[in-house]
This record gives sequence, structure tokens and C-alpha cells, in this order.
Amino acid sequence: MLVIDWAIFIEKLVLIISVVSGSLVIAMYSTYMERKVAAVLQDRRGPSRAGPFGILQPLADGLKLFFKEEIIPSFSSKFLFILGPCLAMLTAMMIGAVIPWGNKVHLFGRDISLQIADINIGVLYIFGVVSMGVYGIMIGGWASNNKFSLLGAMRASSQIISYELAMGISLIALLMVTGTLSLKEMVGGQMDHWWNIFKQPLGFLIFLVCAFAECNRTPFDLAEAENELVGGYHTEYSSMKLGFYLFAEYINMFLSSAVMVSLFFGGYDIPFVNDVNLAQNIGINWAAILQGLCLFGKIVSFLFLFMWVRWTIPRFRYDQLMNLGWKILIPMALFNMIVTGGLILLKQNNWHF
Amino acid sequence: MEVTQILFWFLSVLAVGAAIGVVLSKSPIYSVLWLIVVFFSISGHYILMNAQFLAIVNIIVYAGAIMVLFLFVIMLMNLNADAEPAKNKYLKFAGVIAGMCLMIVLVAALAESSDIKVSLARGSDVGLIKNLGRSLFTTYVIPFEISSILFLSAMVGAVVIGKKDEQKQVNP
Repeated sequence: MLVIDWAIFIEKLVLIISVVSGSLVIAMYSTYMERKVAAVLQDRRGPSRAGPFGILQPLADGLKLFFKEEIIPSFSSKFLFILGPCLAMLTAMMIGAVIPWGNKVHLFGRDISLQIADINIGVLYIFGVVSMGVYGIMIGGWASNNKFSLLGAMRASSQIISYELAMGISLIALLMVTGTLSLKEMVGGQMDHWWNIFKQPLGFLIFLVCAFAECNRTPFDLAEAENELVGGYHTEYSSMKLGFYLFAEYINMFLSSAVMVSLFFGGYDIPFVNDVNLAQNIGINWAAILQGLCLFGKIVSFLFLFMWVRWTIPRFRYDQLMNLGWKILIPMALFNMIVTGGLILLKQNNWHF
Repeated sequence: MEVTQILFWFLSVLAVGAAIGVVLSKSPIYSVLWLIVVFFSISGHYILMNAQFLAIVNIIVYAGAIMVLFLFVIMLMNLNADAEPAKNKYLKFAGVIAGMCLMIVLVAALAESSDIKVSLARGSDVGLIKNLGRSLFTTYVIPFEISSILFLSAMVGAVVIGKKDEQKQVNP
């Protein structure tokens, strides 16, 4: 006997569709934002032809990518060549499942949580998905049957594996402070209290650097260093398959900003406002909308940080990248973890040795 | 059939099919990819048994790290089906017989153990991260710490082996 609670099924389906399409649209417009930010930083005007202020530029770009000729190298494995960008896109999207996009809304007589899956291993889930993200690049780079692509893929995978370690250790300290692995509870602990950034400033710095490296963004975009590797792992790609790789990078950026905001900057918490009182005064639904807007504002400022850094800091050399990851970030993260653990022990002992 | 039962059969067929794919595929790259599918379906089984921590750690460690290294090495060495050395016929026979012996042992061991079935059917909470951490750091704290020191020594050993070449280059 197949029993399905249809209300929950539909509720989750709507939520999944809106999160996926929302992150696609935001990724689309972050390409526009990137070009505008680059233009401002370089004293140019940026895209200005398609629509007012060039607002239709992402659509024009997408149309161009769709209509370009699709080339599959004759010596490469066709299945893996197509699988590469698909995997990159899939793993980029999957992180959105555990991020709490808001507290809850009250619709049709039901309380609907604005989080797709509140699993009690949310942070570990993010790690699992991030470690999967490397497959899209590796498979695509290998299937291209091109030395430059292969080198780009190797660089990307070794970089992601190296920085995952520092990222994990920096998060252990945060987990010791918050005492939970569920993102919802983490955000809940920050509501109307000090945000985690004040408790873990060093941890946040390490996490931020690692997030840049995991997203393959400049200064760590050695996987596609065009002056050394032509185009890196996507040299052989054209048309929308190339578009998928580029798109996956922007979705990764958006969702890693969302993760950072949820972990360190209070998630959907509205700063300087008591959220519980607010929800009582203006109703749960309006409070949820305000909280969502606040979360969105925080995410956009992180996106701006990503772009600001990209157009300001030059690319690292490969040995510098590895030295930074293994010899600076990991010892710093270990130090942070030990100090945090010691302080927590002291606090449990009422500040007596 | 209930949802869990459907999921169980789906995951089981996926796991066995992918495992056969690992053995049968010609190119080592495809073998590794099939192996990743196997790990995912096994993680699905863990989730069905309410062992979420085990499931996600299986994905992070095996599918996320070890398999990436496998792919890394295979891609760098550029192993192809035609580059594979031809194996001895007797070696193949020995492999088949050894594998079958292992399977008989495993099946016999599973058939003997009736306790596992009971605890699985109940859906215990042992696999949840809170309970797991508590038992790891109280009941099993000594084996846990000893194994962590083992891991540390393995790591140091790897670093030492990796360093040897550098010294040779300095003093030839």
C-alpha cells in the first residue's frame, strides 16, 4: 500500500522548483552584475545595449550560447563529455536543499517551513556535495582528450581536495561553538543573539578563503588560467555545454554565499530587530518576506565581495596556492580549533583552570 | 509495497548492477565511475537504516576523496583498455574461485545472524550522530583514540616518504 502525504509532497515540490529556478535566475543576473562591477572598477560602462542599462544582456548571452554550434571532439568519449557539465550543474544545485531560506510561512492553514530538507547532518551534507563537485570538472577535462584540459582538471581537483581540509577544520571549531550540525538550528541560535562571526572571526576568514578556492574563482582560478592553459578544463567545450560550466560557477558562488551567510552572518536574521516580536506584530508571512529580503541582501553583498576580489587581486602561482593551503591555512585552522576547544572547556568550568 | 521497500529494491538493484559494471567495463575510468555509483547506493541503504552519519561520511570519504584520487591516478597514467597487460588464464580461474569462496563465507555469515534483521526492522537510533558521538567518546574511547593515532602516524609516514626525493636532489 503506497501512502504518500500529498500536501507535503506538493509543498516540497513547489519549494524545490522555486529554489532551483531562483538560483538559476540569480546566477543569470550575477553574470550581469559581474560585468557591471568589473566595468565600475575599470572605469568603463559595461553592458548597456540590450534593454535599459543592459538589463536584458544575460538573456542575449544565453540565446547566443544556445544557438552556437555544438562541437564534440571526435576522439573523446561522447557520454563522459556530456556528463561533465551535467554533473557540474547538478552538484552546484544540490547545496540549495539544506539552506534555510526563511523561517516559515502560514499558507492554506498550514505552517510551511522554507527549507527543503532539515536534516540533522546539514553541514556534512554540504561537504559531501562540495566533494562531489570536483567530478564534473575532472570528467569533462579528461573526456576532452586534450592536454591542457587534463592539466586544468588535475589542477582543479588537487586544489579542491587541498582546500577542503582547511575548510573542514575551520568548521569543526564553529560546530563546537554551536553544538549542532543542522543549519536551521545554527541560524536559530544566531537569531537575536551575537552572530557566529563574532565568535569565530578566524574561522570565518579561513572559510572565506577556502570558499573562493572551492568555487574556482580568481585569485584561485588556476584551473582555467588562460595564459597558461588556453581555457583550462573547458577548452574543448562550446555552446550551452560551456554555458553550463560557466553557469555552475555562478550558482556555486551564490550558494556558497548563502552557506556563509547562514553559518556566520545569522542567515535570515534581521539585524538590530527582535524577529519574534516582529513576527507577532506584522504576522508570520510578512516577517518571512522581510527575513527573506534580508538574507538576499546579505547574499548579494557576498556576491559583490566575490566580484570585487576577482577584479582586484591577481592570480596566484600554483606553488603559492599549495603553500597557502597546506602551510598557512591548515595550521591556522588547527590553532583556531584548539583555542576554541580550550575556551569552551574553560567556560564549562566557570573560567577556572 | 511501502516506500521504504521500493527504495530498498531500487537501491539494491542499483548497487549490484553497478558492482557488475565495475568488473565488466573495459576502461578503468568507467570502472571508477561505476564504483562511485555503488558507494552512493550503499549510502542510500545506510539512510534507509537511519544511519545518516555513516551515509554521509561514506560519501565524503570514499566517493569524495578516495575515488577522486583513483580517477586522478588513472587519468594521469592514461590507462586504456589496449594498454592493459594480458592476464594469465589460470590467474582468472583463481580469481573467480577465490571470489566465489568469499561470497559463500559472506552469505553464510549473514544467514547465521538473526539479530541484525530484528534491529534493522525496528529502525534504531544508534546511527544518529548524537548517539554515535556519545558511544564513541565514552564506551569506545580507547579504540577510537588508538585508531586516530594510527591515522596520524600513517599521515606522518606519507609525508616522510614524500620528502625523501627532495633530499636526494640536494645531495646527489
